[in-house]
Amino acid sequence: MTALPIKSIFILAWRNLWRNHRRTLIMLAAITVGAWAMIFMTALMRGMVDDMLLNGIRDLPGEVQIHHPEYRDDPSINNSLGAADEQLVSVMEQPPVTAWTQRVRVPAVISSERESRGVTLIGIDPASETDVGFDAEDVKQGRFLIDADDKGIIIGAKMAERLETRLGKRIVIMSQDPDNNIADRGFRIVGIYKAKLASLEEMYVYAGIGTVQKLLKMDGQVSEIAITGDDYRKVDAWYPRIKQAAGDDKQVLPWYEADSYLGSMLAVMDGFVLVWMVVVFLAMSFGLVNTLIMAVFERVREIGLMLALGMRPATILSQILMESFLLLLIGLLIGNTLAILTIMPLQDGIDISIVAEGMEMMGTSSMLYPALKLQDVILANAVVLILGIITSVLPAWRASRYDPIEALNKN
Amino acid sequence: MSSIVCKDLRKTFQQGDETITGLDHVSIEIAEGGFVCLSGPSGSGKTTLLNAIGGLDTPDSGEVTIGSTRIDQLSKGELADMRLNKLGFVFQAYNLIPVLTAQENVEFVMQVRGVSAEERAKLSRSILQEVGLAGMEGRRPSQLSGGQQQRVAVARAIVSQPALILADEPTANLDTHSSAQLMDLFVKLNEHHKITFVIATHDVRVMRYAKRLIKMQDGKIVSDELQEQQPMAV
Ligand SMILES: Nc1ncnc2c1ncn2[C@@H]1O[C@H](COP(=O)(O)OP(=O)(O)OP(=O)(O)O)[C@@H](O)[C@H]1O
Ligand SMILES: [Mg+2]
Repeated sequence: MTALPIKSIFILAWRNLWRNHRRTLIMLAAITVGAWAMIFMTALMRGMVDDMLLNGIRDLPGEVQIHHPEYRDDPSINNSLGAADEQLVSVMEQPPVTAWTQRVRVPAVISSERESRGVTLIGIDPASETDVGFDAEDVKQGRFLIDADDKGIIIGAKMAERLETRLGKRIVIMSQDPDNNIADRGFRIVGIYKAKLASLEEMYVYAGIGTVQKLLKMDGQVSEIAITGDDYRKVDAWYPRIKQAAGDDKQVLPWYEADSYLGSMLAVMDGFVLVWMVVVFLAMSFGLVNTLIMAVFERVREIGLMLALGMRPATILSQILMESFLLLLIGLLIGNTLAILTIMPLQDGIDISIVAEGMEMMGTSSMLYPALKLQDVILANAVVLILGIITSVLPAWRASRYDPIEALNKN
Repeated sequence: MSSIVCKDLRKTFQQGDETITGLDHVSIEIAEGGFVCLSGPSGSGKTTLLNAIGGLDTPDSGEVTIGSTRIDQLSKGELADMRLNKLGFVFQAYNLIPVLTAQENVEFVMQVRGVSAEERAKLSRSILQEVGLAGMEGRRPSQLSGGQQQRVAVARAIVSQPALILADEPTANLDTHSSAQLMDLFVKLNEHHKITFVIATHDVRVMRYAKRLIKMQDGKIVSDELQEQQPMAV
C-alpha cells in the first residue's frame, strides 16, 4: 500500500500546527495548565493521604502484623505468641524490611489516687519500637522509656488530665495474667505524650515490655510482632515471605487488611486521582476538539486536494492525529516541567496549620508535604495523551471521509 | 494502455428541488497518445467529464474504461491508487498545499509513490526549471503569483510522467507567453512520452494546440473534430 512516509506526515502536521499561531498557543496554554493542575494537585492530595496513611500505619502499628489467630477477635493475654524465632528474625532482618518490633498489648485498668480508667497497656521495646510505632518525639513532658525493663510508664496528656495526675506521680496498673488472676503493679509516670488524635491519649499507656511480661507472668510471650518496610505501597512484595516464615499457626496481615479503612483510603485515593485527571482532561478536551474541528474546517480544500491526488483517507487521518499528538506532547512537556518546578520549592512542606485544626481529626499533620509520584505523573501524561488522541479521532476521521471533489470546491 | 472509453455517461446533481444535468448521455473514445481539448461555455460539463474520467466522481449511469479497466466499477481505494499512480491532475480552482514549498508540492505525489528522495529532488528541480520557476523552489504558494502557482500544479502533474494528464483550465492565470511555453511543454511530453492529454479550456490559444477539439454544451457533446495542431509563434 502506498502511503506518505511518517517523516512527511510529521512535517505537514508540524507546519499546519503553526499556521495559526494564536490558536495553537491558546491550546498549548490549556494543555499546559491542565497537565500542571493534574500533577500539582495530585501531588498535594497524595501528600495529604500519605501523611494520613503513615500516621495510621504507625498507630496500627507496622505495615505487617503477626498475631495469634484468635487475637484480633479476642485480644486477651491467652491469645499470645511466642517471641519471634530465629527463622522469622532472619527474614525480618532482610530488606526491604527496615524495622520490626514486638509488643505486649492487653486490656488493663489504670488508677490514680483519684480516678480509674480502662486502657490498653502496651509493653514495648523502646529500642525497636520507635522505628515502627510509638514516636519518641511525641513525649512532651518527661522522658521516653529507656529499655525493655524500664520501671516507668508513659501516659497520654488527656489521660493525665482525666486521672488528675501528673509527671512523677505514681499510678497503679491492674490486669489479668494467663490464669485469670489479677496482677497489679505501681508505676511512676516518667513521660507524658501528645497524640495527633486526642482520643488516643486516653486509650494507650506504654511501659517496658520486660516489665509487663513479668507483671503478667507471660514468660517471654508477646501479643504482636509489627514489621515495617521502605514503602507501604509495596508491602505485597515481601509480606508473603514473612507469612511463610511465621508458620501457619499465626495470623500475618498487611496493614490494609489489618485496618480495612486505611486500606480502602488508598484505593479511594487512587480512584480519586484518576477521576480528578479525567475531569481536568474533559475541561481541556472541549478546547482540543474545537481547535481540531476549526483546523480541519479551514483546510477542507487542501484535504480534498490530497484525496483527489490519490492520498488514502488513512494518510489524512494520521496527519491530523499527528498534529494533535504534537500539540499534546508539547503541552505536556511544558506542563510537566511547570509542575515539577512548582512542586520542588514546596518539598520542605507547606504550613497548613491555619486550616489544619479541623483536619487533625482526620489524622493529618499541620505540615503538608507534596508527594510527587512517578506513577501519578505517568498516569496524568497517559490520560492526556490517550484520551487526547481518542478525542481527536472524530474530527480527523470526518476529515478523512470527505468527498474529494466536494471538499476541493468548497468555498 | 491509456486509451479512454466513455459510454453513455449520465450525471445529474441535486440542488434543492432542482435537478441539474452535468453530463447528458456522453460517449467518447480517446486513443492513447491523444491530445484533446474540451471546450464549451461555462457550465457545459467539461469539469464533470474530467472528474468522471479521473475517477473523482462516479457517473449515475454509463461506463468509463481506461486502458482495460472499468473504473466506474473500482472501489474508492482502487480509484485513489489509480489517480496516484496513473494520472496527473491540474485542477481548475485549487491545486497546492499551502504549507508546502513549490518543490515540496511537486514532490508530494512522488513521495507517496515511494520515489527516493534523491530522485525526487532531481526530477522536481528540473521540472520546475522547465516550467520557468527556477529559483522559486523554496517559496510557499502564498509567495507565488496565480500564474506561478498554476505552473507548480502543472509541474506536479507532469513530473512523474503519468500515462494520462487531465488538466482543467491549466492556463487560466497565465499570460500569453507562459501559456505558450506550457502548451509547448505539453506537446513535447505528448510527442516524446506518448502521454495522453485531456484539457478543459475556454482559451482559444490553447485550443489551437489540440489534435482533437471537442465542444460541449448543456452536458452534451455538440461537436468533435480532428484538427491540425497550430502552435503559436512565441
Ligand atoms: N457539485 C455540484 N452540485 C450541483 N451542481 C453541479 C455540481 N458540479 C457541477 N454542477 C453543475 O453541473 C453543470 C456542469 O458543471 P461543470 O463544472 O462540469 O461545468 P464546466 O463546463 O466545467 O464549467 P466552467 O467552464 O465554468 O468550469 C453546471 O450546471 C454546474 O452548475
Ligand atoms: Mg469547469
